[in-house]
Amino acid sequence: MKNLIFLVFFFSFSVSFSSSLESDSNSKDFNVTEMIMHHIKDSHEFHILDWNGKGVSIPLPVILWTDNGLVTFSSSEFHHDDEGTEVVTKKDMSFVKFHEEIYYASQQPNLSGQYVVFDKNKYPTNLKPLDFSITKLVFSMFLSMLLLVLIFGISARNYSKSNNGVPSGIAKFTEPLILFIRDEVAIPNIGEKNHKKYMPYLLTLFFFIWINNLMGLIPFFPFSANLTGNIAFTAVLAVITFAITTFAGTKDYWKHIFWMPGLPVPMKLFLAPIEFLGIFIKPISLMIRLFANISAGHIIVLSLISLIFIAETVWIAPLSVGFSVFISVIEILVVAIQAYIFTMLSALYIGSAMEEHEH
Amino acid sequence: MSLVLLQEVAVTSYGPLAAIGAGLAAVGAGIGIGKIGGSAMEAMARQPEKAASLQTSAIVFIAFVEAVALFAVVVSLIK
Repeated sequence: MKNLIFLVFFFSFSVSFSSSLESDSNSKDFNVTEMIMHHIKDSHEFHILDWNGKGVSIPLPVILWTDNGLVTFSSSEFHHDDEGTEVVTKKDMSFVKFHEEIYYASQQPNLSGQYVVFDKNKYPTNLKPLDFSITKLVFSMFLSMLLLVLIFGISARNYSKSNNGVPSGIAKFTEPLILFIRDEVAIPNIGEKNHKKYMPYLLTLFFFIWINNLMGLIPFFPFSANLTGNIAFTAVLAVITFAITTFAGTKDYWKHIFWMPGLPVPMKLFLAPIEFLGIFIKPISLMIRLFANISAGHIIVLSLISLIFIAETVWIAPLSVGFSVFISVIEILVVAIQAYIFTMLSALYIGSAMEEHEH
Repeated sequence: MSLVLLQEVAVTSYGPLAAIGAGLAAVGAGIGIGKIGGSAMEAMARQPEKAASLQTSAIVFIAFVEAVALFAVVVSLIK
């Protein structure tokens, strides 16, 4: 425990010296919100670090489905431009990138050299092609899929190598987790009879969410993308849970929603719209819960680090980095809990849709 | 805990109203989590052998309460 405290203080001073070197050459103001939003959002290039004041980043491929067919190019053709001034022309169509979204370029640039037309709320009104690019978050998702296949493929193989049913190697780590999901989440909620059918989905959900959350917490190169803090990702997971509950619903389930048995008729009519809305609100709450928790964690860590840049002094660094380490440790607990809660609520919704009980 | 610095980002969007909304959400979360923690402490004191199971359940319930508060923060972030 004491060693941990010493480690935190030593590392915090190393950060503080490097920040003092940078703040002398920086002449523009440090905009906290912009920096935080840039780190939370998706991006067409993977920014690794800043070297000598210039950014080092990996340009990721841009894949667009346009009216003329599939267009692919590397995002380095935009030359790090995010304001819509650089135009890329492929197959007789021009594209610009504004705030990490790709639009069809306007014919004439506006006064600031941007090929984008804005409406009065400063939103671009150009048309967009269908964007299937490998962005930073898609790359991180592929990486986490690869890691999951590796970890669980190796654990499955370790079972066949053993001689009395006891596995070796990494299966010793994954077995208690899988048994936990089966015994504490699947069987109590879905029941002994049918839980095997839904175990693959619940296991995938739990480990996929957990590993993506953990990867977002690691601050260096291939791991630092904020995938589960993106509402589109959590929306897809919620939609899949919604689809499974809808298709697993027995006649009892729908009867309970629209015509709840055992109540006087005015109450039944009163409950029907509420329960109908509840069908949609439950997956939406799953989506927002995961998205908000993970994004909030990332925003807190980024805000604490940017305290150094706001105060523009070296000596706040031990406090700032110390707090960030503390919050990151809490986040490790929070990501596991959020993955468990998403899985448990999915199992609960699936189980309550399949339940058969007598009245 | 995750709400305190989220309000800092909320301020810059629609002026102070968004921050007030997020602050009220923090109050709600604080009250809810405090009540859960208090009753969990009391139950653990009454029956120490169930302390581990009570702690696990308490953490799960806290995640639900925090989710509701975070809905409010997300709404204040949007505007």
